[in-house]
Amino acid sequence: MKILIIEDDQEAAKYLIKALSEAGHVSDHAADGDTGANMALTQDYDVLIVDRMLPKRDGLSIIEELRSRDNQTPALILSALGQVDDRVEGLRAGGDDYLPKPYAFTELLARVEVLARRRKPEDVETIYTVGELELDRLSHTVKRGGQNILLQPREFRLLEYLMKHAGHVVTRTMLLENVWDYHFDPQTNVIDVHMSRLRGKVDKEFSNPLLHTVRGSGYVIRDDNR
Amino acid sequence: MTTIGKFFRTTAIKLSLIYVAVFAGFAVFLVLYLNTNTSTLLARQLNDTINAEIKGLAEQYAQRGLPGLIALVDRRSRQPGANLYLLLNDDGKVFAGNIARITPALFENIDSSPKEIKYRLLEEGGVVAQHEAVVRIFELRGGFKILVGRDVGERDALQAVVRQTFVIGGILLVILGLISWLFVSSRVLKRIDAVSNTTRSIMSGDLSGRLQVTGSGDEFDRLALGLNTMLGRIEELMHGLKEVSDNIAHDLKTPLTRLRNRVESALAEDGSTEFYRETLTTTIEEADQLIKTFNALLLIARVEAKSNGDVMSEVDLSAIARDVVELYEPVAEETGFDIKITTPEKALIRGNRELVSQAVANLIDNALKYAAVSEAEIDVSVVQAGGGYTLSVADNGPGIDTEARARVLQRFTRLDDSRSQPGSGLGLSLVSAVASLHDAKIDLQDTNPSVKDGMQRGLSISLYFPPCSHVKDKRRELGKADKG
Repeated sequence: MKILIIEDDQEAAKYLIKALSEAGHVSDHAADGDTGANMALTQDYDVLIVDRMLPKRDGLSIIEELRSRDNQTPALILSALGQVDDRVEGLRAGGDDYLPKPYAFTELLARVEVLARRRKPEDVETIYTVGELELDRLSHTVKRGGQNILLQPREFRLLEYLMKHAGHVVTRTMLLENVWDYHFDPQTNVIDVHMSRLRGKVDKEFSNPLLHTVRGSGYVIRDDNR
Repeated sequence: MTTIGKFFRTTAIKLSLIYVAVFAGFAVFLVLYLNTNTSTLLARQLNDTINAEIKGLAEQYAQRGLPGLIALVDRRSRQPGANLYLLLNDDGKVFAGNIARITPALFENIDSSPKEIKYRLLEEGGVVAQHEAVVRIFELRGGFKILVGRDVGERDALQAVVRQTFVIGGILLVILGLISWLFVSSRVLKRIDAVSNTTRSIMSGDLSGRLQVTGSGDEFDRLALGLNTMLGRIEELMHGLKEVSDNIAHDLKTPLTRLRNRVESALAEDGSTEFYRETLTTTIEEADQLIKTFNALLLIARVEAKSNGDVMSEVDLSAIARDVVELYEPVAEETGFDIKITTPEKALIRGNRELVSQAVANLIDNALKYAAVSEAEIDVSVVQAGGGYTLSVADNGPGIDTEARARVLQRFTRLDDSRSQPGSGLGLSLVSAVASLHDAKIDLQDTNPSVKDGMQRGLSISLYFPPCSHVKDKRRELGKADKG
């Protein structure tokens, strides 16, 4: 994956480039807003990581310009401002995701990978499949190996989100944001308990578990047998 | 700026000058109008009198001839305060009258129009004409000419009085204007100077200063009241800011020092990879906790400042409570809690979903942490009360002593001195800040007041969301309907 990092903090940029390359991604770096806008407009990237406050030019204005020129490259906004309204402002400007600083790298990586997938034509799939697990988005039914699995509405949405990003790590924060629509961080491990419940329903009676915990990051649903 | 310069730059002097100019203009108009009208009136009266006299004399002459006329003129001339008469023939010989001396040129061109002349009475000595009069000359049959006139001294005296009034009035006007200007401007300046002084002292750091309110209810009082409210708010915000920085200094420096010391001692030690890995993991955990605390502090500060532009909209308190309970239900069950919820179908309040959700989450979180007893219960309820809604989270844990209740709402208060539970001591402060943002009343009670000091006393925290904004909205709607 080719990623453009527009970030004025050299140290942070260097760290990001190194960590992203360890995860198998190639990244370019622009240290100010003007250079960043130029590079984003002239070259093809899979994902843009844009710091909100940049020298010469504001990060949001870069994204606004890209969008006005019909450049839909997914953009992740990084910002020291983490309040709900700042987030809304960032997304309204055309950003696709918003990550307040300081962030954990695993969180950033998970979000970047999810964003890159979004670039492909909006999935109109009505049935998600992982191994022998099947989720029908229209009839709201889940089957594994022909056997019906009864889920609560929230559990269904949780599984739906995981299966939509099958094979990619989703973090606890991403789950809270997308399944519950909360942007705060509950003190207790509420998500872990929800996951273990879901696991009890989806994986318990099967020898081949599909839901995996990724230590220090979050969760992933994938079929290890393939 | 000098005092005088300042004085002349005030609004008071400008206003005073405008008033003086307007009143002076009005007075001039009034005097001129009066003067013109009275002179015209007097002139007409004068002419009428003279004309009547001439008409009478002409009739006498026609009936009784010259001797009769002479006798009449003579008689009339001698009356006190009489009109002026002069009867003479073509050669200028005077037959009767009371005028001693007159310009002969007057009789050369005879027309009947009124003329103004100077004259001297017959009885008076001296040569120079001293009085003024309006006269008309009339020619009689037989070459006789008769002059009838009337002294205009009275008219002139009246005009002089008017002129004098005008001058005195003008002077008085200017003097009074100056005095009232001095009075007004000194009064206004004094109050404005007081305001400036107070603001200066506030700017130099004394935030407790307030503008003086005299109680007269005038515009200065209203201004002072408004400014005082603003100052109160600023002081409150500054106080909050100071508290936050104090708290940051106190409660963030300690873990930072701990973190630094841990890294330092790990560096000094010649340990295994395993040891370093473990130290680093702990360091990251501590850093994450620090970030959480920091975020919580910032959020509280922003909510308290009411400046974060958090969108307030009509939200369903029941749905918010149900969602949060649903989020926590698995955790509660796992920790041995029985969590129950009772809500009405819908409970609309004006609020911010994210913040209210977080407040409810914090309350449940607290109950989970501190109310772990056997058969532990958490009761979440939304009840309609007085037009608004009360949301309560009640547990049956050890509860909190009455004295400590106010304290737990402050930042970094943790009653659990051993600090065995993870937490920043900010949970309830956020709840309190969110409550105040929503004008909600926060109340801490025993869940089971009959139990004294027992383990089951319990704590019930309730937030009363008032109906006012709701009513306000309705009023606004009604207002619109009225207009439309």
